[in-house]
Amino acid sequence: MKGLPPVLITAIVLVAGFALCAVQFPNIASTRVVGNLLTDNAFLGIVATGMTFVIISGGIDLSVGSVIGFTTVFVALAIERWGVPPLLAFVAILAISAAFGAAMGAIIHVFDLPPFIVTLAGMFLARGASFLLSTESVPITAPVYSTVSDFALRMAGGGRLTAIAIIMLVIVIGGALLLQLTRFGANVYALGGNRAAASLMGVAVGRMTVRIYMLSSVLAGIAGIVFSFYTSAGYSLSAVGVELDTIAAVVIGGTLLTGGQGSVIGTFLGVLIQGLIQTYINFDGTLSSWWTKIATGVLLFAFIALQQGLVALARRPAAKSVGAAS
Amino acid sequence: MENSPDPAPSLLEVRGLSKSFGAVRALQEVDFTLRAGEIHALLGENGAGKSTLIKVVTGVFPRDAGIVRLGGEEVAPRSAKAALQAGIATVYQEVNLLPNLSVAQNLFLDRQPMRFGIVREGEMRRRAKALLADFGLDIDVSAPLGSYSVAVQHVTAIARAVDLSARVLILDEPTASLDRHEVEILFGIMRQLAKRGIGIVFVSHFLDQVYEISDRITVLRNGRLVGEREAASLPRIELIRMMLGRELAETTSARAAAGEQMPREICASFENYGKAGYIAPFNLELRHGEVVGLAGLLGSGRTETARLVFGAERADRGQARVEGAPVRLQSPRDGVRHGFGYCPEERKTDGIVAELTVRENIVLALQAKRGLHRPLSRREQDEIARRYVKMLDIRPSDPERPVGLLSGGNQQKVLLARWLATSPRLLVLDEPTRGIDVGAHAEIIRLIRGLCDDGLALLVISSELDEIVTYSDRVVVLRDRAHVEELAGEAIDVGSILTAIAADGASIAHEGRA
Repeated sequence: MKGLPPVLITAIVLVAGFALCAVQFPNIASTRVVGNLLTDNAFLGIVATGMTFVIISGGIDLSVGSVIGFTTVFVALAIERWGVPPLLAFVAILAISAAFGAAMGAIIHVFDLPPFIVTLAGMFLARGASFLLSTESVPITAPVYSTVSDFALRMAGGGRLTAIAIIMLVIVIGGALLLQLTRFGANVYALGGNRAAASLMGVAVGRMTVRIYMLSSVLAGIAGIVFSFYTSAGYSLSAVGVELDTIAAVVIGGTLLTGGQGSVIGTFLGVLIQGLIQTYINFDGTLSSWWTKIATGVLLFAFIALQQGLVALARRPAAKSVGAAS
Repeated sequence: MENSPDPAPSLLEVRGLSKSFGAVRALQEVDFTLRAGEIHALLGENGAGKSTLIKVVTGVFPRDAGIVRLGGEEVAPRSAKAALQAGIATVYQEVNLLPNLSVAQNLFLDRQPMRFGIVREGEMRRRAKALLADFGLDIDVSAPLGSYSVAVQHVTAIARAVDLSARVLILDEPTASLDRHEVEILFGIMRQLAKRGIGIVFVSHFLDQVYEISDRITVLRNGRLVGEREAASLPRIELIRMMLGRELAETTSARAAAGEQMPREICASFENYGKAGYIAPFNLELRHGEVVGLAGLLGSGRTETARLVFGAERADRGQARVEGAPVRLQSPRDGVRHGFGYCPEERKTDGIVAELTVRENIVLALQAKRGLHRPLSRREQDEIARRYVKMLDIRPSDPERPVGLLSGGNQQKVLLARWLATSPRLLVLDEPTRGIDVGAHAEIIRLIRGLCDDGLALLVISSELDEIVTYSDRVVVLRDRAHVEELAGEAIDVGSILTAIAADGASIAHEGRA
């Protein structure tokens, strides 16, 4: 492999960006800001971890934003209206998410349909279902919510590492280990490398597809729960378009949209970059928040161009060795 | 064979295997026997049924009839995975491994050494290194497979297959993208595996290599078994005759007799034209009103010649001239600009646009030549389509029918019409009669000769030797990516073409690709 791996480039962009921001607003370089950054983007980090698996396997999951929205509404109604104990509500919604993801994976595999279409259908379905439950924002007042919201580890410098940030970090680390160290992880890469070849080599492609989308949906469910902690409410319009932010984070993190390459750590860095841009705009105060989108768009372009360049570079030596055949 | 006076027990027995795809009978009652410890070449031209045979035996396609016995026991794998488990492994030319994973992961995918649910990376690498050492390969097994040469990828695929306790190893065109040195290494490995008692099926179109490595040879043609021979006692010309399936009928060129008296004007000429690693430099003159046939085995450089002539591939040496004036052919656009047309071999993927109508397909090249700013009016389009539908007798004669719904022969005529509409001076036809039924066959040949009488220059590739003999004024014979002989007039007959193809080319075999 020639040159820098994409993850390293993402890391350099993050560090450089952070340094630039810190030069302009010295206050940014504090654990307080970093803590907030982790908290604000906790749900994004969780759902992006799942998306990383899906994209590396050569798929895409457009339903995650809707699953988050559905989860917040379901959890809010279950706790506030139906009187379900919060823990039970969480278990129930994760079971629903798992079934939902498994169904999408099964449809993709059995009918050999493009994941884009299947998960697009899933996106409409989940969003519609959450409207069916409630069109209003449902505040959550259960004591467990205030307990969790209040919980935080103090960091040096006055920053707070909140519960939901901790959940996110645990999931990111767990996801990275799952992807790098297990047979499941190797199979995810195999699927993205070449589905037919993976199947010929004995990978149970169908079972893998179901599990990958199940994982993505469950993580979206967890992200929804975290989001409900973050906002203390359930609302059917929450997390609209988050699937796109998620895909952007994954791609900026160096994962190939065509599958086969990428890492959870890169995705995490991608999430932090997006959070950093948001933070910068908050500090500036004069910029509209749409600048986040513009900056993200520019970064995405840059990364896609970069990846194409790397891919072209990686191909060249192979072509050379064939051409040199004598 | 000197090493096995009494026949070794047969390892893989195929009896009466048949397979049809729709109306096409890809395999008809084919028998095939592989002994333990032998290297057995499976030969045949495109469409002979080699790939189908392999895919049916390995369970990729279900079979219609016949039995397969492995070590005396009947097997009927339903998938490539099942075949692998039964002990039949296939390594395809396009290595079916995962270039994005490490070499070690590729060797042990789905069977990695585990501890507490975690892959033991170190242990896996150690084993991978040990496994590859058996094959004389000492590489960093943690690097992605895609960063290594095709040869290394092949060896890795073979190592994986053998490690999965394969008893039968099928190698489909394994040497196509290897250089001479890599081929030697691969052959060394094959011999070593054969010694261990593994039966190896070797599919290749490099006859020199076939003779170098094979114990026995089985030839298929048009889905049928032609014969099984000992390699050592099969003359090369006999083998080629088996593959091309032509009795030495003394058909001489019909056109030669017709009249090559008057010298014809040169339409396009190519001097010392070639491309490194693609085809050796050649000289070629194409004259108005003349058909030049390109004959040779699969992979001999026929299509490569056609693509260089048309500009689909850039030459890196030599000079092309059109009507005497030097030209540069850098792209198909250049070819079209100089009045060339090219009907490729893969009609379905490279030629027709199946969803578009006959009319739209016919005007495609003409419109492209005129440019976007001068669109053909619908009336002109209708006019052109009607004219060619009538002239070439395209059926059904409805110009508004999607081309995909036409028969192969009629699709071929639509392609011809597309180029004729541009009033070309030179037309290159790659296997114009492939996959066309017999009636249409004769018609296409009649068309080719008719076009030629109208002053068009034609360059035609065909595997059907008697066909080439029938319509060619001159025949260029290719072997191992080089033009080796040119026959003209009376000298054109199937026998002399066969002789030219078969001439012992061991020494030229690989220099041609240098």
